[in-house]
Amino acid sequence: MFYLDDIGRYFLMLKGIFSRMTKGSVLRTLIFKEINDLIIGSLGITVFLAFFIGAVVAIQTALNLTSPIIPKKIIAFASRQSIILEFAPTFISVIMAGKVGSFITSSIGTMRVTEQIDALEVMGINALNYLVFPKIIAMLMYPFVIAIAMFTGILGGYVAGVYGGFISNTEFLTGLREEFVPYHLVYAFIKTFLYSFLLATIPSFHGFYMKGGALEVGKASTSAFVWTTVVIIISNYVLTQLLLS
Amino acid sequence: MIEVKDIHKGFNGEEILKGITTTFERAKTNLIIGTSGSGKTVFLKCLLGLFTPEQGTICYDGSTYSELSEEQQRNLRKQMGMVFQGSALFDSMTVEENVMFPLRMFTRQKKGEMLDRVHTVLDRVNLENANDKLPSEISGGMQKRVAIARAIVTQPKYLFCDEPNSGLDPKTAIVIDNLIKEITEEYDITTVINTHDMNSVMEIGEKIVFLKQGHLEWEGDKTQIFKTDNQAVTDFVYSSNLFKKVRNAQLKGL
Repeated sequence: MFYLDDIGRYFLMLKGIFSRMTKGSVLRTLIFKEINDLIIGSLGITVFLAFFIGAVVAIQTALNLTSPIIPKKIIAFASRQSIILEFAPTFISVIMAGKVGSFITSSIGTMRVTEQIDALEVMGINALNYLVFPKIIAMLMYPFVIAIAMFTGILGGYVAGVYGGFISNTEFLTGLREEFVPYHLVYAFIKTFLYSFLLATIPSFHGFYMKGGALEVGKASTSAFVWTTVVIIISNYVLTQLLLS
Repeated sequence: MIEVKDIHKGFNGEEILKGITTTFERAKTNLIIGTSGSGKTVFLKCLLGLFTPEQGTICYDGSTYSELSEEQQRNLRKQMGMVFQGSALFDSMTVEENVMFPLRMFTRQKKGEMLDRVHTVLDRVNLENANDKLPSEISGGMQKRVAIARAIVTQPKYLFCDEPNSGLDPKTAIVIDNLIKEITEEYDITTVINTHDMNSVMEIGEKIVFLKQGHLEWEGDKTQIFKTDNQAVTDFVYSSNLFKKVRNAQLKGL
């Protein structure tokens, strides 16, 4: 019953976000600020993680190819598939649930604790729209982060595979282009769009409705990370079943 | 003027406000006092429209809040200014941006006009040379001044303050109290202050409402509060050693 109550409140929150819009000129400023905080601020860690994940995937695939009849180009093929289908959209999103999610929960939660949200409501402002809507719009840029993660991950695989002496440059490029299905990119970006919405709204929910003081802000950030990850993993399974089977 | 008639409010089956009826007059500093848990904050939040009373009415200059449409309620709220206990300034905004915030949200003024207004109110609260500072870079007393400036920048008809001098040293607390009183008279607004500070009562208490366990126990002004024989009020007033000593000295004719 407790979880059902939270789920109900989450959907009521979504309704609240899209009602009584904040003044356009104010929203524009807020959206640019959120893009800076949530998107630009996440690029560095995303590039770093994706590069090394790609490199590790390439090395592990190479080390597991012991049979001489399996062509080396499989290393590039496997790296591409795992990075595009899973590592870039899902793995990076789980990490973003920690980085972006805890940032959102703690910033909104602190505003709740310090009565800043009450101040907005007293002024007659729809605090949900003012605080959460710009985050949802900013997170529409999130697929660009994932596109960069895909590119960097494959680059990491190339550097580790070719310069690590596991595969030649020609073989890697041949494997990279082999049996490429453009729909896999569509699938990955559909997932990414859903994750971007979840990454903006679930942590906002935990921050907005938290009660208590500084300790509870920390607890809310932790539970926001856990629940965002759980929902991402479940929706990953559902979407994969729906879109790929 | 705010007229409160028989308001009741409870949470989870427990009644917090048990039928309060009173009036808060315009251009006067009206104080709500009482011990912790007496319902002061719930009462203030009802006056602000943040809580809806289960019974009773609140009239703002003749307009009954519960009879207004949502749009009219929002417009009425725009005529209210609030100074929160912890100031509730927006961390990411400078002092100037904090004060300008209500103007940006609710007016179509040009930036120059807004800045003129912001500088006028910042001057009024005696806050200069702090425009570009963040709330974390200024003292508690200065934060309170910024909060007052933000509350009055749109020239509200009603000003609500929740323990405006909590956490301040006695000297700064008196300055803030007097500032609120001056602004109330100058802007001709209805001010309601929630406090348990007897210094504020003595300094600016033109109308005092004493709450006890959700009831209106007593009301009067700052001279009457020291003469009342209401036990709950005298217990509250003379809970401070200083006031106790002053009273004992008066009784001994010293």
